[in-house]
Amino acid sequence: MPISREQVLHIGRLARLGLSDAEIDRLTVQLSDILDHFDALAAVDTEGVEPTAHPLPLHNVMRSDSVAPSLKRDDALSNAPEVEDGLIRVRAVLE
Amino acid sequence: MSELWELTAHEAQDGLRARAFSAVELTESVLARVDAVEDRVNAYVTRTDELALEQAREADARFAAGTATPLTGIPFAVKDLIVTKGVRTTAGSRMLGDFIPPYDSHVYEQIKRAGAVMVGKANMDEFAMGSSTEHSAYGPTRNPWDTARVPGGSSGGSAAAVAAGECLAALGSDTGGSIRQPAALCGVVGLDPTYGRVSRFGIIAFGSSLDQVGPIGRDVEDVATILDGIGSHDPRDSTSDPAPRPDMRHYLGREIAGKKIGVPREYFIEGMEPGVRDRIDESLARLKSLGCEVDTDLSLPMTEHALAVYYLIAPSEASSNLARYDGVKYGLSERGGSMWENMEQTREQGFGDEVKRRIMLGVYALSAGYYDQFYLKAQKVRTLITNEFREAFTRYDALVTPTTPGVAFPVGEKLDDPYAMYLNDIYTLPSAVAGLPALSLPCGLSEGLPVGLQIIGDVGDEGTILQIGHAFEGALGQANRLAAL
Repeated sequence: MPISREQVLHIGRLARLGLSDAEIDRLTVQLSDILDHFDALAAVDTEGVEPTAHPLPLHNVMRSDSVAPSLKRDDALSNAPEVEDGLIRVRAVLE
Repeated sequence: MSELWELTAHEAQDGLRARAFSAVELTESVLARVDAVEDRVNAYVTRTDELALEQAREADARFAAGTATPLTGIPFAVKDLIVTKGVRTTAGSRMLGDFIPPYDSHVYEQIKRAGAVMVGKANMDEFAMGSSTEHSAYGPTRNPWDTARVPGGSSGGSAAAVAAGECLAALGSDTGGSIRQPAALCGVVGLDPTYGRVSRFGIIAFGSSLDQVGPIGRDVEDVATILDGIGSHDPRDSTSDPAPRPDMRHYLGREIAGKKIGVPREYFIEGMEPGVRDRIDESLARLKSLGCEVDTDLSLPMTEHALAVYYLIAPSEASSNLARYDGVKYGLSERGGSMWENMEQTREQGFGDEVKRRIMLGVYALSAGYYDQFYLKAQKVRTLITNEFREAFTRYDALVTPTTPGVAFPVGEKLDDPYAMYLNDIYTLPSAVAGLPALSLPCGLSEGLPVGLQIIGDVGDEGTILQIGHAFEGALGQANRLAAL
């Protein structure tokens, strides 16, 4: 197994997915199976090869710093689950 | 007499301009067709009948005023990850079940301004992750050629709607094959443009270095016309290529004699169905008879690594993009406990199995200790794949391959085996990884089901692949062959 149950549990916590025990078990098997198929990648010689983050040769696209209309506040808040005084209401971050 | 919903977009355009029928009559014909077949196909998540009729009335006014464009009055299906102001946009997910976008995507703005008609929001695999449209929170879409089979994915709703007559044309999106594979399985034409050709502004993100919106239509001419309509530069997307866009329709109807076509042998692998192989062999013979120089002695050895590269990079980008669904700003919000509990409950309830699987794969590939081994390695091999294509295009005008190894498979067959599902994209992943344009068009049937031919072009050269596709389609004589639903 290229990935252990403990690792899956750890990644699940990082991703905040709230996975059940059954999901952890299933994902351990499935992710291991998928990663097994990726083994051949390790054998490819990539010495001195630059990584591609992006297929386009575009860098640092700039625009002028000019004022333009943007989304109205009410529109921006129209899908928020809880709104108060024109702001999104969130749960306390610090206990 | 044939029904209006059976027309291609350009045939409909001719009829509209000649006043043989009105845009309202055309839209009513399509809506009646949706009423008749939608319970068997499930191509749409949300129908927008009233909006469609309103847009059709506006289209008729434009024909009367002489301000119509080639897309005016054409009924479209719009993939449900393309945000539409005031019209629910779900991305096929429970997470966005009540999401009403407060703005329009660039592409929807473009077709709306051109006077197109939106019939509805097309079904898709959740967040565009899948190859069968079975991973939709709104039920699977069925293949109009055989409703016991999948339409492909993730733009399965868009492709099925075009094939079933539930629209005349559609917008889809392609990350690793999500336009071309369903187009192939539904017997229609689909184009994944060069990365950067079409703005991603207002497209719900999956893999940002791969996602690209493109057209699905009943023939090559329609796909070319739609690309002209949606492909303008957009400063709101910093990856929108500012290079000038040639007129795609200019390439149609031109001879293809002398075109150099490479056929990479790595695409003819074990697992390709014999019926697919036969249709591809016939297609290569047809291209030769049209005067093309077809070279089957081409090798692209990096091809075999494209699947691993894609399934490391796309999930990594997805894990980052989908971190925004936290139940705070918009979308599903479970609100019973602390902030962290709410976030976990929201994501547990909101995401389906495949989305969770890909987030997990991505977080793993990006996590401490595995970043170099997986993510960085995949990015380097991505460079090698791109370089190999670049070298090939110094010798060839286009590359031709099958679009998929097999025809449409039965619903449920690959649902429990994620890797088997991923293998469906094996021929569409390499060009996606390299950001190249690729067209899929029908090249015949195998066991009564459509087979797709893929034509891959050099960066920015949609023109050549549309030119070759158009000539091929004309020689085959099977354009606009609708499913017998």
